[in-house]
Amino acid sequence: MTLLQGVFVVTALAAVISAVMVVASPRLVHAALWLVVTLGAVAVLFILLDAGFLAMVQVVIYIGAIAILIIFTVMLTRRVMADSGPQANRAWWLAVFIGIVMFAALLALLAQMPTWWQATPPPLAASADFMIEDLGKSLVDLDRYVVPFEVASVLLLAALIGSIVLARPPAETTGKTGPE
Amino acid sequence: MSDQWLFIALILPLALFMASVPIGLSRLIGPRKSNPAKDAAYECGIETVGDTWVQFKVQYYIFALVFVVFDVEAVFLFPWAVAYEQLQLYAVLEGILFILILAAGLLYAWRKGNLEWI
Amino acid sequence: MITDPFTFVGDLLREFLIGLGLTPPQASGVIAFLGAGALATAVLLLCFLLIWAERKILARIQDRIGPNRVGPFGLLQTVADFAKLLTKEVVVPSGADKLLYYLAPPLAVMAVVGLWAVIPLAPNLVGTDVNVALIYLISIGAIGTLAIMLAGWSSNNKYALLGAFRSVAMLISYEVPMVLALLVPTMLAGSMGTVAIVEAQRQMWFVVLAPLAAILFFTSSMAEAGKAPFDLLEAESEIVAGYNIEYSSMAFGMFFVGDFLHGFTLSALTVTLFFGGWLGPYVDQYSWLGLIYFLAKTAVVYFVVIWIRGSLPRLRIDQVNSFNWKFLVPLALSVVVVTAVADKSAAALGWDRTLALFVANGLLLLGTVIALQLYARSQRRRFERSRPAAAPAPAR
Repeated sequence: MTLLQGVFVVTALAAVISAVMVVASPRLVHAALWLVVTLGAVAVLFILLDAGFLAMVQVVIYIGAIAILIIFTVMLTRRVMADSGPQANRAWWLAVFIGIVMFAALLALLAQMPTWWQATPPPLAASADFMIEDLGKSLVDLDRYVVPFEVASVLLLAALIGSIVLARPPAETTGKTGPE
Repeated sequence: MSDQWLFIALILPLALFMASVPIGLSRLIGPRKSNPAKDAAYECGIETVGDTWVQFKVQYYIFALVFVVFDVEAVFLFPWAVAYEQLQLYAVLEGILFILILAAGLLYAWRKGNLEWI
Repeated sequence: MITDPFTFVGDLLREFLIGLGLTPPQASGVIAFLGAGALATAVLLLCFLLIWAERKILARIQDRIGPNRVGPFGLLQTVADFAKLLTKEVVVPSGADKLLYYLAPPLAVMAVVGLWAVIPLAPNLVGTDVNVALIYLISIGAIGTLAIMLAGWSSNNKYALLGAFRSVAMLISYEVPMVLALLVPTMLAGSMGTVAIVEAQRQMWFVVLAPLAAILFFTSSMAEAGKAPFDLLEAESEIVAGYNIEYSSMAFGMFFVGDFLHGFTLSALTVTLFFGGWLGPYVDQYSWLGLIYFLAKTAVVYFVVIWIRGSLPRLRIDQVNSFNWKFLVPLALSVVVVTAVADKSAAALGWDRTLALFVANGLLLLGTVIALQLYARSQRRRFERSRPAAAPAPAR
């Protein structure tokens, strides 16, 4: 067991256990914080796969923006101290069964790859030094990803406008929304 | 590349530990005389009234949302900036188009008065 | 040894460890561990000096002397303060979430110490040279934001929570112009790695090529670090110390340390990204000169930070937010666009790069000032329109 494998096993366990805790935590704020742990573990997995940029993007966007958004929402819309989110509903056995079936299906799919049970991650197509540059060039290359790039900005614009429209009813543009 | 991250993987827990030591030390050395008045939540000297919760202000949510959108935009722009030196002018203009579309979104939010702090 | 002590010591250690029987990767690992420990310790111990310096300089700005009793020139004052803090009781509020309560201060400190891992101190002295250092800086900042959220929530106190919300709202707002300003050194250097950015400034410091970006980064980092005039989050007169109301003794001390260290760290980052880091005369022959240049430049920038703290009044939360979203973010977007266009055009038309960028920044500054004047005029007109009958009071 090399160091890389050891780190991978620990990180993978951390990711899975914290993911279970997200669902099973009785307090919603704790669940949000376990989510942060899961996202951090995924970032470490990205690093193990030599994708430093994606790992950092994971931390910046998921933990730095989305998790904060979720925590804001949870803390603002619940009586924080006295809350108890649902832990299990009556059909939980069905959910576990479907989860196991999906996991088996994914495993079967992965087993088709010739190198799936390998000790080290496969080498990357581009050298690590030029990877980000290549990514940058591909985002604006007319033959590659320029259209998805621009469409992404339109999507972000739509998300921005949509959320503003939803969060503020048009009739109420001024006036107090509460104390403070 | 993973060995470059080794230093970071070492310094973060080390810093966490080093910062916890004074706190642990303080718990050991300092007195531990807890009484209900001292442990009660601080509200400028008066008794706490009501539960601990904060009124929902949509403002926080909107700021967080606008932040998410601009954060994702900036992350998209980083590879573009790294490759900048080797790009042609049209590629640079494509990136600028990306920026301008989101600047339009900011302008919209501004005009709708969503960037105010009420 | 004289020319490059860092590589010399590193090689010596490595040979010693391999002589002890470790394999080369293991030796590298041990050296990394020792280096991380040394850096973290040095940075945390530096705080004693930084706090003293800030108190002394602020005192002089305010026409008083500052600490001068404990030790020569009051240098040991901070040591005394920390010794006092150590012996105070850690009062954990009732109903607080113990684990998160104790986790928040070390997490905040970790977020600042982690930044030093990618700051190049001298030609061969850097924690690690990851090629995504700039995004790493942002991600560590995000963890700091999370730490504040934890602190506010786990205190079981309405005002702590409110203070934490306001803090986090301000911090995430100011991350936007900071990230956008970071795009400019990336464009100019062609890489996100700090070592590459320092190396790319051999011809000309980036502060000359992109002064507006430097000012933007500096301003938004000051807001991120909660330094005046953006320090409304810990102003005793405002929200009673905000998210760290319920923290006492060393737990509070750790927040305090993280805060001060962040101010110095942002000076170090500004120097690395815009003022050439460790570059200076003769630095290639004698690499220890690089460390001296770096520390000197950082000290100057830190002095400016303290100077600004002592001179400007505090901004209100709504002023802080308007300043960010209505001024800094549009300015940041414009700086990125203008720099991108100017650099490419200069290359295409064959103009000198420095001159072209400098002129472009100057024009943008001119445009910004004109825009501000027009905005001020429109605000004044709106104000006068809403109070037309305000005749001046008769003179006594």
